[in-house]
Amino acid sequence: MSELKLMKGNEALAEAAIRCGADAYFGYPITPQTEVIEYLMTEQPEKRTGMVVLQAESELAAINMVYGAASTGKRVMTSSSSPGISLKLEGISYLAGAELPAVIVNVVRGGPGLGTIQPSQADYFQSVKGGGHGDYKLYVLAPSSVQEMSDFVEDAFDIAFKYRAPVLILSDGLIGQMMEKVYLKEQKERMSNEELIEKYGSWATTGKKGRERNIITSLDLQSEKMEARVHRLMKKYEQMEKEDLRYEKILCDDAEYLIVAYGSSARISQKAVELAREKGIKVGLLRPITLFPFPKKQLFELANQVKGILSVELNMGQMVEDVRLSVEFKVPVEHFGRTGGIIHTPEEILEALEQKIIK
Amino acid sequence: MTEEIIIAGFGGQGVLSMGKILAYSGIMQDEEVSWMPSYGPEMRGGTANVTVILSDERISSPYLKIFDTAIILNQQSMDKFEETVKPGGFLIYDPNGITHHPTRTDIQIFQIEGNKLASEMGNKKIFNMIVLGGFLKIKPIVKLENVIEGIKKSLPERYHHLIPLNKEAIRKGMNSINPYKVEEQLQNT
Repeated sequence: MSELKLMKGNEALAEAAIRCGADAYFGYPITPQTEVIEYLMTEQPEKRTGMVVLQAESELAAINMVYGAASTGKRVMTSSSSPGISLKLEGISYLAGAELPAVIVNVVRGGPGLGTIQPSQADYFQSVKGGGHGDYKLYVLAPSSVQEMSDFVEDAFDIAFKYRAPVLILSDGLIGQMMEKVYLKEQKERMSNEELIEKYGSWATTGKKGRERNIITSLDLQSEKMEARVHRLMKKYEQMEKEDLRYEKILCDDAEYLIVAYGSSARISQKAVELAREKGIKVGLLRPITLFPFPKKQLFELANQVKGILSVELNMGQMVEDVRLSVEFKVPVEHFGRTGGIIHTPEEILEALEQKIIK
Repeated sequence: MTEEIIIAGFGGQGVLSMGKILAYSGIMQDEEVSWMPSYGPEMRGGTANVTVILSDERISSPYLKIFDTAIILNQQSMDKFEETVKPGGFLIYDPNGITHHPTRTDIQIFQIEGNKLASEMGNKKIFNMIVLGGFLKIKPIVKLENVIEGIKKSLPERYHHLIPLNKEAIRKGMNSINPYKVEEQLQNT
């Protein structure tokens, strides 16, 4: 039986990490994400499941603890908010290079710099276009409800281990701080080394007994070998695009206009769609649930049907570039968004749609 | 049924917890709920507000510009949120400390002396439950027994002995809310 609770997004995510049998969490507080580590410290999961929770001395320390623990094949998570994620990017690039599974959570706030503690989606580029150095991508999940903050934790671990790759949960201050009802899954036991090896293969540094040495590194000074490694990463990303793309279509069947939005913006845009339909304007919403992989094909197909597309984001126009690339300029694509911590209202979104797309 | 509410006042008045209890009460009768606070520096000693939505359908936006009901507990919030009530909607406020009373004639306005009644009952902390009672008298969207269940869920067990007091406060609020007629006030001045 699942348990019904009223929780903040951040708390639901933290509880989900315990319940899905995560082995460790390493983090450092920062608004608007602090409830994650606060909840885990209060809950003391080491008593419930043996899960380790540690507040590191800095974001750099936290992400390198993740690297170390992930190398041993354990299910490890860290979380932060925008400036903290910037600090972690070196470690995230190393995780990708060394092909290590890990779950990273970004509860985005406004930037650049220290910016503001209010909600934002200005880390889209950073999340889907690398962020750290080198040829790599993150599988990026964008929850738009407290329920998804909870559900996506286990999904993220599954993907991370399926591909031996870091996975990012890209939330924001709105989804992190709001409370909704959430059905919590049943407690799962943490997996033993033997179970992990049986399910995901023997690649981790679990203690060399009767097998070849497993080496975890992102360094390869032989060019041919390094190129082969990068090709291997690219193959994973291609497979993610084929097998693990996620999106939601809302009222798209008869839509003449389309809004594309993810996370908190998708929720607010859905209300704008309702307001538009009350006025007799046929608008649909495409919500990318994964930002990489991106629903390129679905957008391309919808571009045959709709007259124009509005990309709604809490930033100055980032995802809109991917929307334009996806539809190959078949229809006009415009951006609307507020920034600086201001959240667009459903009415503003509808007005933008009318002015920029419907005209 | 969908009810979109903004509750606004000072930090420390119990604005956020009133919203939380309302949201939990909704859950107790199987509604969809959302609770979206203002958070950040403005909460420390300044204004605090929370948007609460109860609905029998999936809730789209937790963040809104206009509301069915505004519960207003200080002057700053009156200045900001009086205009956000939908035409035909409800505005409930505590006149304590209010110098500029609401002036709209296209909404229904009610007064509840929450601060005064809480002082009379000898516990200022139950102010928010008196106001909640007033709201529920006007908009009985959740049953009293579900509110009590909601309080049980939101309060740590060590405070459960206070539940009868909270119940009394809600009842008090229900019996103490009065309509405020803008037209009559304008005629009197």
